[in-house]
Amino acid sequence: MAQELATPQVEHAEGAPSRADEIARLKSKARQIRERIVTVTEKSGGGHLGGSLSQTDIMVALYYKYMKVDPKNPKWEGRDRFILSKGHGGLGHGIILGDLGFFPEEELDKFGKTGSRFGMHLDRHKVPGVDASTGSLAHGFGISLGFALGARLRGFDWHTYVILSDGECQEGTIWEAAMCAAHFKITNLTAFVDRNFMSIDGPTEEIMAIEPFAKKWEAFGWRAITIDGHDFVQIFDAIETARAETEKPTVIIAETKKGAGVGWMEQIPKWHYGGLDNEMAIRAMEAIRKYYEK
Amino acid sequence: MAIGLTWTIDDADTMTQGEIYGQVLTRLGEENPLIVALTADLAGSTKIGAFQKKHPERFFNVGIQENNMIGMASGMAEAGLIPVVSTFAAFAALRSAEHVRTDLAYNRRNVKIIATHSGTSFGQAGPTHHCTEDFAVMRAIAGMTVIAPADAFETAKATAAVIAYDGPVYVRIGRSFEPPVWKNLDFDWEIGKAIELREGADVTVIACGWCVYHALDAADRLKQQGLSVRVLDMHTIKPLDEEAVMRALVDTRRIITVEDHNVLGGLGSAVADVIAQSGKGCVLKKLGVQDSFTPAGYPEDLMHINKIDADGIEEAIGEVMKRDFEQDEDWEDEI
Repeated sequence: MAQELATPQVEHAEGAPSRADEIARLKSKARQIRERIVTVTEKSGGGHLGGSLSQTDIMVALYYKYMKVDPKNPKWEGRDRFILSKGHGGLGHGIILGDLGFFPEEELDKFGKTGSRFGMHLDRHKVPGVDASTGSLAHGFGISLGFALGARLRGFDWHTYVILSDGECQEGTIWEAAMCAAHFKITNLTAFVDRNFMSIDGPTEEIMAIEPFAKKWEAFGWRAITIDGHDFVQIFDAIETARAETEKPTVIIAETKKGAGVGWMEQIPKWHYGGLDNEMAIRAMEAIRKYYEK
Repeated sequence: MAIGLTWTIDDADTMTQGEIYGQVLTRLGEENPLIVALTADLAGSTKIGAFQKKHPERFFNVGIQENNMIGMASGMAEAGLIPVVSTFAAFAALRSAEHVRTDLAYNRRNVKIIATHSGTSFGQAGPTHHCTEDFAVMRAIAGMTVIAPADAFETAKATAAVIAYDGPVYVRIGRSFEPPVWKNLDFDWEIGKAIELREGADVTVIACGWCVYHALDAADRLKQQGLSVRVLDMHTIKPLDEEAVMRALVDTRRIITVEDHNVLGGLGSAVADVIAQSGKGCVLKKLGVQDSFTPAGYPEDLMHINKIDADGIEEAIGEVMKRDFEQDEDWEDEI
C-alpha cells in the first residue's frame, strides 16, 4: 500500500543536509514552537506552559525529522503513530500539528475556548493528526502498546512513538504496560519520558520519588537511554539507537527542564499551568530570544 | 447471523455457558482473522482461553493487569483489529472503569469486553468478587453499549452480534452456570431489542441475565393461578428498548424489574427513567440487590436472599397485583 508521502521532511530533503544544518533547522523550528506556545497561551487565557516547553525539542525532532505523517491525509494508514500520554502537553502538540498544516494554524488562537476544536487535552475526533485522546495520565502508554502490537499482528511497518511524563510514571498502570511490552518484545515502539523532575505539586523526588528511574525500566526488561532532552544530537542518537533495537523495547529518558526556553519559568512548579498577560508574554518572548542567543 | 454451530439444550447440559461462549468466539475467529483475544490471567475461568488453542498468535494473556489490558485493546483496534477482552466483571467494570471510559469509549474504539462472574454468580467468593455495580458504571459512559444475555445461547448470539457491531461494547455474563432459557440457537436476537418470552396482560416482568430464567419460572407458576404475566428478556441495558417498556406500561400498568445488580443505577433504574418521563402512572417494583453487599454463599441461595429468584419474583407480583387501578383508559387524571 505504498502511498505518496507529503511529509514535512520531504520538503527539506533536497540532498542530505549536514547534521549541523539539520540541527540549525530544528532549533529554529523549536524556537518558533516555543514562541507560539507563549502567544497561544496569551490569547487563550491559560495553558500548560511548563510541560509544553519541556517536551518541545523531543517533539520537534519526531515531527520534523523522523515521523512519517501526512498533514493532508491525517488518517493515512501507513503513518507513524504518536501518542502524547502526558496529554496536558496538548498545547505544544496542537501547535506543532497546526504548523505542519493538519488544520488552519490560526485556529490555535481559540485554544481551549468554547466552540473551538481544542481542549487543553487534545481529542482525536476533533484535532486531525491526533491518534489517541489522552489527558488522564498513564492511559496513553497502554494504548501505544496496543498500536505497536496491532501493527505487528497486521504486518504494518509503522512505528509508534509515545511520550510519557515523569510524574505519570508514579502510576501503577505505567509499570503494567512496561512489564507487558518487554514480555511481548514490542520493539516497534519507542517511549520517551519527558523527565523534567517536576509535577504540579513540586519536584517528583519530593512528592513521590521515582529514582533510580533508568534502573527501574531496565529491571522491567527495557533498554533505557538517558539523554539531555534539549540536545538534538543526543535526541537523534537515542532515536536511531532505539529504532535499531530488535530485542527489547526502548525508553529514552529525556532529562529536560520544565518551562525550558523561558528562564524565569524553568523548574518552577507553578508554571505547570498558567496564564500570561501581555506584559508577561513580552517578557517570555524576550526570555526565549535570550535562550536561543546563548 | 450465522454462527455456524448447532448446539441444543442437550449440549447446554454438558457445556457451561462460558464454554459455549469460548467456542463461539473461537469459531468466529476462524471466519474473521481480525479478532484478537485478551485476558488478564483468567483464560480458563472466563473460557476465552478456548480461543488460544486455535489461534495462539492472536491470543494475549497479559497477566494480572486489567488497566493496561484495556489500553492495549484500545490501541490494537487502531490497527483494524477487533479485540475481545475477558476478565471478571468486578475487574473489567470497576477496577478498569476509567480506562474503559477514556481508552475505549472516549476514543471510540472497536473493542468488546465480555465480562464474566458478574452479579452474585461467583457467590462463594464473596463481595470482592461479586459485581453488582457494572450496569450503573457502564450505562453512565457515553457511547457504551451494555448487554446482559440470559443464557448460553444468548451469549453465543450476543458474541456474534457485538463482533459485527462497530463500537465499544460491554457484555456481562455470569459465572457460566446460568440455567438455559433457550433450547437451541434458533431464535432472533438483536442488540437493543427486548424479547417477549411470555405474553401477558396483568403484569410485566422485565428481567436480564440469569434472572430471566427465574422470571419465566415465576410466570409459569402464576399462570396456573390464572394470572397473565408478561416476561421481557431485556438483554440490552443500553440502548434500552424503550418501546417495549412503554408497551408494557400501557398494556399492564404493573412492572417488575429483576436483575442481579444493585437496584440503584441498573436495569430497574433504566426502566424507571422511561416510565418517569412518560408522564403515565404505573406501579414499578425494582428487584435486585437492595444497595447492600451480598454475603458469600451459594449463588442460588444468594438469589433467594436478594429475592431475585422465582420465589422472590412471585412474591413481588403478588404485591403489585394488590394495587388497584381505575378501570378507565384516561391516563390524564392520574398525572
